Amino acid sequence: MIAYFTSLNPLALLRACPGGIAQGLVWGIMALGVYLTFRMLDFADLSVDGSMATGGAVCIMLIMNGWNPEAALLVSFLAGLLAGIITGLLHTLLGIPAILAGILTQISLYSINLNILGGKSNQAINVNSVSLRITSNASLLPRTILLLAIVCLVIIGILYWYLGTEHGSALRATGNNPNMSRAQGISTKMMTVIALALSNGLVALSGGILSQYQGFADVNMGRGAIVIGLAAVIIGEVLGEAILGKHLNFFLRLAFVVVGGIIYYLVYVFVLWLKFPANDMKLLTAIVVAIFLAVPYLQGRSKSSFSKVAKRNAKNAKEGK
Amino acid sequence: MLELRELYKTFNPGTITEKHALNGLSLKLETGDFVTVIGGNGAGKSTMLNAIAGVWPVDSGAILIDGKDVSGLPEHKRASFLGRVFQDPMTGTAADMEIIENLALAARRGQRRTLRWGVKKAEQEEYRELLKILDLGLEERLHAKVGLLSGGQRQALTLLMATLRKPEVLLLDEHTAALDPKTAAKVLDATDRIVTRDNLTTIMITHNMKDAIAHGNRLIMMNEGRIILDIRGEEKTKLTVEDLLHQFEKVSGQAFASDSAILS
Ligand SMILES: Nc1ncnc2c1ncn2[C@@H]1O[C@H](COP(=O)(O)OP(=O)(O)OP(=O)(O)O)[C@@H](O)[C@H]1O
Ligand SMILES: [Mg+2]
Repeated sequence: MIAYFTSLNPLALLRACPGGIAQGLVWGIMALGVYLTFRMLDFADLSVDGSMATGGAVCIMLIMNGWNPEAALLVSFLAGLLAGIITGLLHTLLGIPAILAGILTQISLYSINLNILGGKSNQAINVNSVSLRITSNASLLPRTILLLAIVCLVIIGILYWYLGTEHGSALRATGNNPNMSRAQGISTKMMTVIALALSNGLVALSGGILSQYQGFADVNMGRGAIVIGLAAVIIGEVLGEAILGKHLNFFLRLAFVVVGGIIYYLVYVFVLWLKFPANDMKLLTAIVVAIFLAVPYLQGRSKSSFSKVAKRNAKNAKEGK
Repeated sequence: MLELRELYKTFNPGTITEKHALNGLSLKLETGDFVTVIGGNGAGKSTMLNAIAGVWPVDSGAILIDGKDVSGLPEHKRASFLGRVFQDPMTGTAADMEIIENLALAARRGQRRTLRWGVKKAEQEEYRELLKILDLGLEERLHAKVGLLSGGQRQALTLLMATLRKPEVLLLDEHTAALDPKTAAKVLDATDRIVTRDNLTTIMITHNMKDAIAHGNRLIMMNEGRIILDIRGEEKTKLTVEDLLHQFEKVSGQAFASDSAILS
């Protein structure tokens, strides 16, 4: 026990933090995409596991072919849009349930991603020969973090603006009450497809940025991404509401999604530092998400539950009331 | 104005739950007609409104609005001609959005939704004035989430949303059925005022025979997916509940199926 604690090096933890923050920002972009479908449409879209890797694969392959890294990111975004449209059409045109539509896209993207990666499961770029603005190179990390923070802010700004427009309001209404939306002349199918496209576009963009950050793309880099995205969304919401309460306006709500991503990765870094086996991290993440999703439900139940009423009435009956 | 020609609709055809909900229903309304619709449970009243609104396509027949056949248009495209209020107060509004956002959505019914800001500054004053007609104090709560409103308030708001852009036809499906008598009277009152103000062509379903007689200029009774009684003008003003019950038994050969209609 003592040996374990003395083996932990506080300085190592400190050194790992900037990396955690940078990764958190990258995943924050991904989480903003998840927010768009999960919170706006109430659609848990599993295609993001695939489109995250698509974004990475597209970006790395283009850079390997001499593309400018920023232009490559734009193509990643477009590839994600396309993936989202496929899920949307599977759901709205072919009537496939939301979860299943996402799984079908995700699975097909696995093959597509392998093809993009030239049949290999991963591809790396030579980070020394390409000038990347986003890199995990320790000496450049502060600049990377600043840049990522700016990218996040811009994306949050655009989302905030879009969701406030006539078009964006129609999208929010679609998720809130599809019957009402149709009665008000909104094509709920079209809106669903658009939301899924934008969401997957952001996820793929995040995948592209992540691939630049780590210098490679892996066909499995998106495995479990939906759970991490959800974790960021939920952690951000809980935190935002706890800190700001009523003052949590929509812009800050979006910002806290990114904060959720950062917190997630800082916790990740911390848990790894505690020598928690990296292989078990996904299990841990899933448990955390399950708990956070369950808490509001259980809180509601603890306020009113059948067994409570039964117990109270039994007690009253015993006491002869 | 609105014409229904020989509408047929069968639910779950070829199964044991097969139901001929519309059986050659025909109806023609003139501009400004305010028709009340009565009939027992399952008579096909809601089905008629859903057919007009395009919730699903009819099996055969035509629906004409302003002389134009809209039977081939999906629900969201027909919405530009129609204002709708539903029986369930939850159905007509977006609960997580503000009152003003709901109104702004409704103000753009039938228009292209652009990338301009969703609620313009000038709309605020406009909506405040319009909400006053409801007499529920909602004009002071423009930025409240609709989910915080009572059923009656939501229903009144839905009514306002349905008529914000003048619809060719206003469809009301038992829109006061879920409300307490006092609130129901208030919403009905607002309905009358708005319909008269804008000379709206209106179809109002109700189970309350007194309301059906007191409102509108025409009354139809439905049974088994058809119209079995159509009373208008002078004749309608002289109607009594007893008349209606008697007529129903005569035409359909059975007792009126809804107790609530007799009691209320
Ligand atoms: N979507 C549907 N699928 C299957 N059957 C349906 C559907 N909608 C209506 N029906 C059936 O069609 C018949 C007519 O229903 P409708 O809702 O039009 O009755 P209604 O006159 O509005 O009755 P109520 O007074 O109870 O509202 C009923 O037997 C109903 O079960
Ligand atoms: Mg009905």
